[in-house]
Amino acid sequence: MRVLAIAHNTFRECIRDKILYNLIVFALLMIASSVALGHLTLGHSEKVIIDVGLTAISVIGTLIAIFIGIGLVYKEMEKRTIYALLAKPVERWQFVVGKFLGLLFTLAVNVAVMTAGLMLTLALHGGLPPGGYVRLLPAAYLILMSLAVTTALALVFSTFSTPALSALFTFFLWGIGHFSGDLLELGRAIRSETFAFVSRALYYALPNFSNFTAIDSRNVILTAAYHREIDAAAVGWVSLYGVIYTAALVGIASAIFARRDFK
Amino acid sequence: MTPPEPKVMSVIEIENLTKDFEVGFWRKRRVRALEGLTLRVEAGEVFGFLGPNGAGKTTTLKILMHLIRPTSGSARILGSPVDQVAMRARIGYLPENPYFYDYLTAEELLVYAGRLLGLGAPQLGRKVDAMIDMVGLGPARRVQLRKYSKGMVQRIGIAQAVLNDPEVVFLDEPMSGLDPLGRREVREIITGLKARGVTVFFSSHILPDVEALCDRVAILHQGRLREVGALDSILDVSLEAHEIVLGRVPAGFGDRLRGAGAECKVDTLGDRLQVRTSGVPQLNTVVSLALASGAELVSVNPIRPSLEDYFLAEVG
Repeated sequence: MRVLAIAHNTFRECIRDKILYNLIVFALLMIASSVALGHLTLGHSEKVIIDVGLTAISVIGTLIAIFIGIGLVYKEMEKRTIYALLAKPVERWQFVVGKFLGLLFTLAVNVAVMTAGLMLTLALHGGLPPGGYVRLLPAAYLILMSLAVTTALALVFSTFSTPALSALFTFFLWGIGHFSGDLLELGRAIRSETFAFVSRALYYALPNFSNFTAIDSRNVILTAAYHREIDAAAVGWVSLYGVIYTAALVGIASAIFARRDFK
Repeated sequence: MTPPEPKVMSVIEIENLTKDFEVGFWRKRRVRALEGLTLRVEAGEVFGFLGPNGAGKTTTLKILMHLIRPTSGSARILGSPVDQVAMRARIGYLPENPYFYDYLTAEELLVYAGRLLGLGAPQLGRKVDAMIDMVGLGPARRVQLRKYSKGMVQRIGIAQAVLNDPEVVFLDEPMSGLDPLGRREVREIITGLKARGVTVFFSSHILPDVEALCDRVAILHQGRLREVGALDSILDVSLEAHEIVLGRVPAGFGDRLRGAGAECKVDTLGDRLQVRTSGVPQLNTVVSLALASGAELVSVNPIRPSLEDYFLAEVG
C-alpha cells in the first residue's frame, strides 16, 4: 500500500516533468525521421526503420533512466520533501522500492508509447509481413529489462552521491556492462591466475548489459528488424538475471538509505 | 492492600540525548550539536522549545522523527522508541521551512500523505476536506503548490501534520516567515489542537507567540538545556522589579528615600508617586518608609519580565 503510494507519486512526478516529454518527442521524431533514412536503402527500408526506432527507444530510455534515476532519492533529500515523508509510518526500504517502481512504471509507459509510435510509423510506411509487429515486442521488452537494471544502478548512487557524480558512475558502469564479456575474455587471454580471478569476479559483479542486447550471440534489435523469432527460453533466463540483479541493486540502495542521517 | 498506582507515562521522554556531527572534508572534526538533553513532555501540554539559531532545536526534532540518529542517549514518543515505525501513525510533524512536492495540488498532497498514513478511501476523502477547510485553503485546493505563498505552504504543512488526528504534533518553527495574519492563524490552529487534547511540541523564535500558547517551555543554548518549566515559574524566578504607587505623599519624601539609601526610580503621576525598586530588600525599605511617613500605599505590583527579556538575559 505505502510502496504503491510512493510509486504512484513518483510516476506522477515523472509525467509532470517537461524533460520527459522533450525526450519522448525527440525519440518519436527520430523514429519518424528513420523513414527518410529507409528511402536510402533499396528494399530494406522497414529494417532501417526498426533498427533506428528500437535504438532510439533504447537510447532515450537509458537517458531517462539515468537522468531521472540519479535524482530519485537525492532530490527528495535536497528539497527536504523527505522529512515530512519519513516522519510518517513508512519504512525506509519502502521509500526506496516505491521510488524505483515509480520510475520503472514510467519507463514501461514510455517504452510502450515509443514502440506504438514505431509500429504506427511502420504501418504508415507500408506495413510489415504477418507476425512482424509481434516480433518487435521481445526486443522492446528486453530494452525495458536493461532499463530496469540501469535505473537500479542510478538509484544506488542516488542514495549517497550528488547527481553529477551519480551520472558519472552510472554511465561508467553502464558502459563497462556492455563489454563485460570482453573482460572475461581478457582474463582468459592474459595468463595470470590473479588477473583471471579478478576479471571473473568483475564479470559476475558488474551488470552484464550484453545479456539484454544479444540473445544467442545475435543482436536483439537486428533480429527484430529481420523479423526473426527470439528464443523464448533465452528471454526467460535473461529476465531472471535482470530481476535478480535489479533486486540486489535495490536491496543495496535500501541498505545504504536505511543508514543515512538527514542533516 | 491497595493496587500500585499505574506509572504515568510522559508523552515524550528524552534521556541524556547527545548528537555529534562530523564536519570538514579532509580533516574531519566533531561538532557537538546537542549535549545530554533530558526532557519530558506530558499529555495535553503545549510545550515550547526555545533557543537561538544553532541551539540544537531542529537536531532534537530530527532525532525524535528518526531522521538522524543520536550519538548517545535515547528518546521515546508515546512509550515507543523513536525508530518504531508504527508509532508514527499516531504523531504529526511539520519540518522547519517545509517544502512539499510543488507539482502536486494541496488536495493531492493530502491524499498522498493520507495513503502513507494508512488511511482508507472513504475516511481519507472526508479528512482531506476537513483539513483543507481547517487551514483555509478551500479556494486553492486544486492549485499546484509551486504557486503557493510561503504562508500557504506552511498551512498545508500543518494540515498534513494533523491529517491523522495525531496524539502528539511536532512543529518546527511553525510561525517562521509568516505575516501577522498567518501567525494568528497558526496560533488559532495550535489552540484548537490543545482544546482537543493534542500534545503540541513546537520550536519557535517568536517569543510572544510562545508566551501566548505554551504551558511549559524549555530553553536550549549551544546544545544544552538552560531552563525548563512552566512559563509562570520561569518568569517568577527572575522577578526583580516592583512598581509601588503611593498616595498622599508628604513633601520631601523623595529626599528621605535617598537619605535612607533606597535605590529606586521615582516618577510623579499627578498627585501620586510611582516608585520602581529593584529586589525585595529595596521594596521593603520603600514600603516601610512610606508607611512611617504617613503616605498611602495604593498598590505594589511585581514587574514580570517578558519571555523575551528573560530569553535575552539567559542566552543573549
